[in-house]
Amino acid sequence: MTRLRLGRWAVSAPPLLYLVVFFAIPTLIMVGASFRSPGEFGGLAPLFTRDETGWHPELTLESYARVFTDALYLELFLKSLWYALLTTLLCLLLGYPLALLIARSPRGHRDVLVLLVILPFWSNFLIRVYAWMIILGPESVFLSPFNRLLVLAGLEPITLLFTPFAVIVGMVYVHLPFMVLPLYANLEKHDPALLDAAQDLGANATQRFWRVTFPLSLPGVFAGSALVLIPAFGMFAIPDILGGTSGIMIGNVIKQQFLDTRDWPFGSVLSITLTVIAIALAGLAAAYARRSRF
Amino acid sequence: MALLEVRNVTRRFGDFVAVDDVSLSIEAGEFFCLLGPSGCGKTTLLRMIAGFDAPDGGSIWIDGRDMTGVPPEQRDVHTVFQSYALFPHMTVEQNIGFPLRMEKVPPADISKRVEEALDDVSLSGMAKRYPSELSGGQRQRVAVARALVDRPKILLLDEPLAALDAKLKEKMQLELITLQREVGIAFVYVTHDQQEALALAHRIAVMNKARVEQLDEPSRLYSFPRNRFVADFIGTCNILDAQVLEYDAGRMRLRLEGLGEVTALGLEGPKPGDRGILALRPEQVAIGRQLALHPEENHFAGRVFDFLYLGDVTVYVVELGNGSRIEAMLPNSAPGKVKFFEAGDAVEVSWRYDAGRFLRE
Repeated sequence: MTRLRLGRWAVSAPPLLYLVVFFAIPTLIMVGASFRSPGEFGGLAPLFTRDETGWHPELTLESYARVFTDALYLELFLKSLWYALLTTLLCLLLGYPLALLIARSPRGHRDVLVLLVILPFWSNFLIRVYAWMIILGPESVFLSPFNRLLVLAGLEPITLLFTPFAVIVGMVYVHLPFMVLPLYANLEKHDPALLDAAQDLGANATQRFWRVTFPLSLPGVFAGSALVLIPAFGMFAIPDILGGTSGIMIGNVIKQQFLDTRDWPFGSVLSITLTVIAIALAGLAAAYARRSRF
Repeated sequence: MALLEVRNVTRRFGDFVAVDDVSLSIEAGEFFCLLGPSGCGKTTLLRMIAGFDAPDGGSIWIDGRDMTGVPPEQRDVHTVFQSYALFPHMTVEQNIGFPLRMEKVPPADISKRVEEALDDVSLSGMAKRYPSELSGGQRQRVAVARALVDRPKILLLDEPLAALDAKLKEKMQLELITLQREVGIAFVYVTHDQQEALALAHRIAVMNKARVEQLDEPSRLYSFPRNRFVADFIGTCNILDAQVLEYDAGRMRLRLEGLGEVTALGLEGPKPGDRGILALRPEQVAIGRQLALHPEENHFAGRVFDFLYLGDVTVYVVELGNGSRIEAMLPNSAPGKVKFFEAGDAVEVSWRYDAGRFLRE
């Protein structure tokens, strides 16, 4: 009994410790920072000031007030949420047929196809995003001949790079495997007899998909959507590289607060707000998923 | 014209012939069984009737219409799958209503008919439950109700009771018989369980190695098996290698391998010198400490080698003079007596000349 308990601790303590040191404590530091004032040269102002009456704690809700009063930030949150939702939807539309195709392939082919889905992870994330800079750029072999035609026809050439479009393309590209993998894991487990039964009972291919396959895959849809939506919501690297000024997202502002403006309290507040919204969305999805119990 | 006609159907998977030139015809309202060991082709045949698989040769006709190229969803045939294949995300009610929704029946009619179907299989209180909340027997009933709700012409059942325990199985068999009689829909029932087939079916096709060995009513299959396979597969049977010695006035003299000569019912066909088997049911073999000699009977002495106590009857394995064994069945119904013989007891066995059946190899 005690040995069993000891064994359990031995197994779970290292990851627990890891989470405490690198997740729980930093989060608490961030929450603490959000109530403090920015320092004169960046960072944080001292926690206590001293005058003739003694030591006074310097805690303030000023940063919070700024987030909820300045419409600029609300707009940025909404815009980021919109980009994230659009990315999720596009990943779902592109990823679902792919996951279904893999799940319905002969058993021996599936592993190879899954490997192809995760193959991009073998090269660096930033390099892959920079590759999109070239693909979408004005000199790209895809775009430049087309633009030349447009100019010949007397029309304005189109620009793709440094637009919200480029941000969405990049985010969909990067997040697609996170949608495909949970969907595939779900679809692959479906009992083929259920589709036989549906067909036998008069359902055509469309009906079989919408009445059987899709509702049974909802846990996979929710899992994939959460895995795309949450990181996409706080994304800063892709809008940094592909977005230009028009494609900026809340993640970029948070990064700026910490690294450029050096207003840590305000950056913390933005970051906390982002986390709270993401948790609320995930909770909403989980609650909805629980309703379709079976 | 028969409701379902299977005409010279053949199905190959590579070099393996799963169904070999099978022809059957099944009438409206019939309870028909496809019986055979696993791998005999019975499930392949069922899948071809349902439309999930297409014959390589021959054709399947339902109600006078050639089904070649007609997909399952357009055939007036439903299947009860071995795993039941209930939709886990739908309630019992939604499962049963599924075929009606596919046909775009108005919702009010659907709920009425689902209610009736639930009533048919005595599951009235279960409408809102999910399949995961049902017992095996209840799931089986939902599967049957779902397949019958829109009254198909034919219901195909693929070993639907295989997953149930013996007691429940017997109960469900009785329910199926009653239900089939009530709805009057032709049932084609696939099973490897010969007792189940005998209990349920009006007619049985015994399949082996992709072919139909014999197609007959249960009592005729049991009493008059056509060959060694059927004799052995249906019920238990003593199978004794035999050779025809002479044929005379409705009787045959046979020589049983190493045992001696016996008299058997004469059949048209076999000629002296022909080899085959004598198939003899254990319940046709009398056993006793001393049996009176009778000219109508074949008579041997032996020793009880072992016995199988089955409750209602005991099957005694008797070793005869030359080491060959024969099974004799005795009901345990004699008052005041539990068991008649012990292993090692000297006994005699006998059977009437017309009890066994000679089958040419």
